[in-house]
Amino acid sequence: MKNVVLTAVLMTSLAMLAGCPSKPKEQPAPPPQQSTADTSGVDNAGATLDNTESAGPSGELLSKRVIYFDFDKSDIRADSQSVVAAHAAFLAKNPSQKVRLEGHADERGSREYNIGLGERRAQAVRRALLLQGVAEVQLSTVSYGEERPAVAGSDEQAYALNRRVEIVYLK
Amino acid sequence: MRKFSKLLSMIALALASPAFAQLQLTITSGVTDPIPIAVVQFGATAPLSGGLDVAAVVQRDLESSGRFKGMARTDMLSKPTTSAEVMADVAGWKQMRVNYVAVGRLASLASGEATIDVELVNVLTAQTILSQKWTVQPANLRNGAHRVADSIYQKIIGVRGAFATRIAYVSVDGKAPALRYQLIVADADGENPRMILQSDRPLMSPAWSTDGKWLAYVSFERRVSAVYVQEVSSGKRSMVSARAGINGAPAWSPDGRKLAVTLSGNNGNLDIYLLDLQTQALTRITDDPGIDTEASFTPDGGAIYFTSDRSGSPQVYRQGLGAGERPKRITFTGTYNARPRVSPDGKQLAVLTLDNGAYRIAVQDLSNGTLQVLSKGRQDESPSFAPNGAMVILAGRERGQGVLQTISIDGQTSFRLNADAGEVREPVWGPFLP
Repeated sequence: MKNVVLTAVLMTSLAMLAGCPSKPKEQPAPPPQQSTADTSGVDNAGATLDNTESAGPSGELLSKRVIYFDFDKSDIRADSQSVVAAHAAFLAKNPSQKVRLEGHADERGSREYNIGLGERRAQAVRRALLLQGVAEVQLSTVSYGEERPAVAGSDEQAYALNRRVEIVYLK
Repeated sequence: MRKFSKLLSMIALALASPAFAQLQLTITSGVTDPIPIAVVQFGATAPLSGGLDVAAVVQRDLESSGRFKGMARTDMLSKPTTSAEVMADVAGWKQMRVNYVAVGRLASLASGEATIDVELVNVLTAQTILSQKWTVQPANLRNGAHRVADSIYQKIIGVRGAFATRIAYVSVDGKAPALRYQLIVADADGENPRMILQSDRPLMSPAWSTDGKWLAYVSFERRVSAVYVQEVSSGKRSMVSARAGINGAPAWSPDGRKLAVTLSGNNGNLDIYLLDLQTQALTRITDDPGIDTEASFTPDGGAIYFTSDRSGSPQVYRQGLGAGERPKRITFTGTYNARPRVSPDGKQLAVLTLDNGAYRIAVQDLSNGTLQVLSKGRQDESPSFAPNGAMVILAGRERGQGVLQTISIDGQTSFRLNADAGEVREPVWGPFLP
């Protein structure tokens, strides 16, 4: 417990001390591409990123922020197409609005491979949004694999709820 | 920037404090005919700091291998501390049906160091077969005990023991979504746990450097993934890969100069790259639209084994690192083989395999391709070889909680490490220490 507090104090003072959002020196040549979101700093970026979520738009479809997937699949199911389309229309109309697409997998199988599966799902939603007129700069992806389950449990019901992409609106 | 890294190392150091989730070791299966051995309480000229019962640690180590049965102290008729005393009553020990008797003496040197003198007597031949002395810092007495067990194990079994080694693992507690993740380093028997990092966001994929001084791992503390390396003794750490998309699955090259990492970029295509830790130069190793991840180096550093679903399901491939080498598929049994780890001698591969609907750990003989399933759980994962190649440590599930387990390569012996709170996962067995 003491350590949690200590960490929080250290992190806060660190964030205050490190007011330099300079590009880190150890950032080498990028692989395929590099997003602007990722080059904004070293660990102080964590503090910034933590505060960037926003409530986002409301409405029957737009308030739905989770897209579910079938086992070992990354194609968007028919029952989710209208939700994706609603977000695409909103984002196309609001080109300054950014979202982060967080991909997840169920707990079966190897952890790093599941990071890949979560990413594949996040990319499927990203591609659908791009096809429906959303600009690339509005979208970022992250995969948590099986590391952040929505619900605990080792049954089909839990697995189905954990295979998902969460659309997170940012400020 | 330099000042900044210094602050970062201070945080990691501040986090380095002892004893969190304590692991409980339970022997789950042993050989049918374990070797009977008496490890007599060691004599001491003066009480050593902490009063550690060195002989008890040695006996526990030997028993945890599943190959020894230690004699209960209450059954011992005498408490010899030298081989001469054992020899004087060797017939008596034979009558007690022990094959070996280990005796020892602890002493403090003027320098402040402690010495452990150990002799091992073969009761059946009435010969002293081991006589060895260790000098250790009093604070490292437990490690000294593990080294004694290593020597006794090697003398009797013929394979170097791996008791004086360390494991790293991830411990998770709390209730979702308010989970707390800790990266822990402990002795191979789960004792002496030390937390080296804590986060409220996922920590995963710890990997030991070949010299056992550094860990690489993935942290989501910035909400997105990044690969870090951290010196275990000092807590000093640095972020080495925080590119767009995935930064995952770090593996050290045997020379310690490079990390194999999995990167995806913005387009989400996972491929494996080699990152030079000195120059930051990046070399692409795989180039395929499928998921390529989980690199593991061969001991000579000349190739990696990795997981790829380029054929439609995850399978293990080998990629030589020389110019113009082509990837070669290695696993063909079943529809799911992932997370390869190469054995220390380079002759075997531990993998996560789908076996009759259950995820289990198997070992594949690389000379003939035979796959042998080792574990018996339904959701086992994350295999890692002991540095002597005789055992594999892995993560399993018991009543919904993650536990650690070791299994000998012949499948005969195993033990389990449960956390007293929360769950433990992703164990990685460190190398032999000098």
